[in-house]
Amino acid sequence: MGPPFPLLRKQFPMTILLLVTVVLVIALAGFVLGRARAISRASGNVRVLHSLPGYYGWHAALMAALPAFAVMLLWLLIQPLVVERQIAAFFPEAAVADETAFTLTMADVRRVAGGLDAAVLAGLVTADQAATLSVDTTDVRALLGQAGVALGAQVTPETLEAAKEYRGLVASGAFGRMIAVIAAALVGLAYALSVTRPDFWARNRVEAVMLGVLVTASSIAILTTVGIIWSMFSESLNFFRQYPATEFFFGLTWNPQFRGGSDLGFIPLLWGTLYITVVSMIVAVPLGLFTAIYLAEYASPAARSIIKPLIEVIAGIPTVVFGLFALVTVGPFLRDYFAQPFGFGNSGSSVMTAGLVIGILNIPFISSLADDIMNAVPQSLRDGSYGLGATKSETIRQVVLPAALPGIVGAVLLAASRAIGETMIVTMGAGAAAKLDLNPFEAMTTMTVKIVGQLTGDTDFNSPETLVAFALGITLFVITLGLNIFALYIVRKYREQYE
Amino acid sequence: MTDLSASLPVAKPKNSILTGSDQMRRRNAAEFRFRLYGLAAISVSMAVLAIMLWTIFSDGVSAFKQAKISFPLTFSSEILDPAGNGDRAEMTKVTTVGYARLLTTAFRAELQARGISTEGLSDKEINDMLSKHAPGVLRAEVLGNTAILDTTRTVEVLAAGRIDGYLKGRVTRETAERDGQVTPGMLDLADRLTEAGMLRSAFNFDFLTNSDASDQRPEAAGLGVAILGSAYMMLLVVLICVPVGVATSIYLEEFAPKNRLTDVIEVNISNLAAVPSIVFGILGLAVFINFAKFPQSSPLVGALVLSLMTLPTIIIATRAAIRAVPPSIRDAALGVGASKMQTVFHHVLPLAAPGILTGTILGLASALGETAPLLLIGMVAYVDNYPGAPIEGFLDPATALPVQVYSWASRSDPAFIERSSGAIIVLLGFLVVMNVTAIILRRKFERRW
Repeated sequence: MGPPFPLLRKQFPMTILLLVTVVLVIALAGFVLGRARAISRASGNVRVLHSLPGYYGWHAALMAALPAFAVMLLWLLIQPLVVERQIAAFFPEAAVADETAFTLTMADVRRVAGGLDAAVLAGLVTADQAATLSVDTTDVRALLGQAGVALGAQVTPETLEAAKEYRGLVASGAFGRMIAVIAAALVGLAYALSVTRPDFWARNRVEAVMLGVLVTASSIAILTTVGIIWSMFSESLNFFRQYPATEFFFGLTWNPQFRGGSDLGFIPLLWGTLYITVVSMIVAVPLGLFTAIYLAEYASPAARSIIKPLIEVIAGIPTVVFGLFALVTVGPFLRDYFAQPFGFGNSGSSVMTAGLVIGILNIPFISSLADDIMNAVPQSLRDGSYGLGATKSETIRQVVLPAALPGIVGAVLLAASRAIGETMIVTMGAGAAAKLDLNPFEAMTTMTVKIVGQLTGDTDFNSPETLVAFALGITLFVITLGLNIFALYIVRKYREQYE
Repeated sequence: MTDLSASLPVAKPKNSILTGSDQMRRRNAAEFRFRLYGLAAISVSMAVLAIMLWTIFSDGVSAFKQAKISFPLTFSSEILDPAGNGDRAEMTKVTTVGYARLLTTAFRAELQARGISTEGLSDKEINDMLSKHAPGVLRAEVLGNTAILDTTRTVEVLAAGRIDGYLKGRVTRETAERDGQVTPGMLDLADRLTEAGMLRSAFNFDFLTNSDASDQRPEAAGLGVAILGSAYMMLLVVLICVPVGVATSIYLEEFAPKNRLTDVIEVNISNLAAVPSIVFGILGLAVFINFAKFPQSSPLVGALVLSLMTLPTIIIATRAAIRAVPPSIRDAALGVGASKMQTVFHHVLPLAAPGILTGTILGLASALGETAPLLLIGMVAYVDNYPGAPIEGFLDPATALPVQVYSWASRSDPAFIERSSGAIIVLLGFLVVMNVTAIILRRKFERRW
């Protein structure tokens, strides 16, 4: 991986945390001062104040903290850009123009600078010595090694000079930031105190800020979605620039190679995914539906209050537990009692293993959705059917189920979308071989397994073998989202209106 | 009247509910079968659940017991402190190899003293009875307290993983024949040791506190780092999710105007709840690690990813809780002159708090068991060191309980399957506690308006 985020690693715990504390202390002082000032301006008669005294306090505190934090955030965002610009001056223009190479150079500079910090901290050199080091007189690599920072290669003079400059810039940046932030806090506080008068509408100001906070929090959901789409989309584009999209979407072989020249066909993964999903639905739909029918139509309230939570226990168990169950119990069982005796092969991990276990996982999902839907079918429909002489099961089959059908189809589609996106069970139970095969006792693999496989461990974010995971991810996202939207559409469109 | 109707020639109905007919019998049989299908479906689910929990518990309970060998040991300064001055810095030069020699010599001496036959066993086989982990533990103890030099006491050290497996019935003489790490002769020796009272199985508290161990030392692997990592993440998830989730819910329920933006937010939240968890892992990798350059494997990144996943759950629960507060409360507050904001924060929110708390605990429980996204942000890496104390510890590499389950399950040594199942027992224990707490809170504070 790249260098640890320098901002977080080196500065966050000390200077930034300290600065945040200082601002919070100023804000607290603001609260006390603002409140006291409001009361004194009203000559102790709080009834002439527009707002409760506490609101004047809050107003002063917010006015101190908000601009200060805004300045701090801006500074944190802008400083690295400025520093990088300055550092670039130490290197020949050709080295700066090549973006990837320059990123690596910057990483080196940061590392050396971090090493110098560590050396000063460990008392190996004084701060003055560190600022005047030269590669001609000191073995910088050995020095930094002593300080616990291992370097891959010797330090070049440019890098060392750049690192020294970097340290200077960061230090002066931190100092400037401290001044700016504290100044912003004090100015905000002074402004708040100057406007604190009995006829000042402090509550409205404070409530406007609170509303702003609420709106910001709500938009995080949108930001997440945007983040998901943007991150996967940009990396996928990167992938398709290196690997033709037609070969990805229509390729029949999946054979990644470390040295390049990989076949990254998507069809075998899609086939494995769909096959496992179908098997899981064959398990989950009948079991889930009959469970729901029994719970909604037959079970006494007492039985229902016991069975329903028990079924829902299944939904509360982490999927990795099901994965281990598939790996150590279901897989060997199927292999020893079905696959080997009937000559279907001798693989413990198989489509059948993963499909069965995902099916079990999905039973409570289908049953609770279907249960709700059947409970929503009005009693009058059942009464009408009984009145015509139908038995209970005939009523269920011919009246309740057809009335609940759109909802049930929606539930099944949602369950299918969950099966497609399920990761741990297939990672542990389905195998890793990308195959186009019909034999359900054969190990096959899915999109999610390959996402985990390609992105776990040391990854190089420029090779198509890694980037393909993002293309798989966005495909998965589109498929599951599409299924969800389709399910909701079916439910809305075909829902019977009884009222 | 009655006479008349009785005398009328009324045709007897061909069949009725009272008179059995073939058709009625068929219909009743179908009814009976249909009902049976329902019961069968429930029984199948329950049976699978029971089998799953039973296999995991029967595999995993033994992880809480561990074979240990005890024998007297003299902390000889000749080996441990060659410089002879009790200087800690000098003593650190003695590696675990020296400690291993000390241990095995003392062990063999005790065998001889007790007259336990080691016939047919090579020295290496006898040495291999002790865990490779033991010297390291001993070294840490000696360096932590140099005063114990040249004293003698009975030490209890881990037995090798295969010997532990033998006591638990996982290793037999047949498997030992084919195993490079153990021989049938060693198992015989284990029997003699048990008889002599030197080898026994004790409760394995280390399983909860030790860090992970390498492939060759399953006996020393523990959940310490994983539990700490999960705890850090849950703490951060609470700190992130509760304020953001509650603020979002309040806005959407109480303030949001009915417009396009609100609609987009609503649709977004319900869609996010259905996005596969692995997609959040990709997001975390691309945004937090690749773009923002946060340290990989750190609880902070894990918590951010889990928070994004948990937020929809918490928002849905919180909105339901806020909606359940009757409008009369709001009207009363507004009526006595409270502002909208005061109404919400002084009256609605406290009344909705138990529901919010329950929803939060349930959301946390599902976040605690989530594995897939954590694999992508590097939490599956082998972590030997405990993360530091907060706040810096949030940036140290750590792992998580469910991820530890996965990484142990994917190792080849069957001893790790036992560890993996044991880790599941711990994980399920936490989940049960959380869910029961949620149920109790709901029972205690639930209010019917």
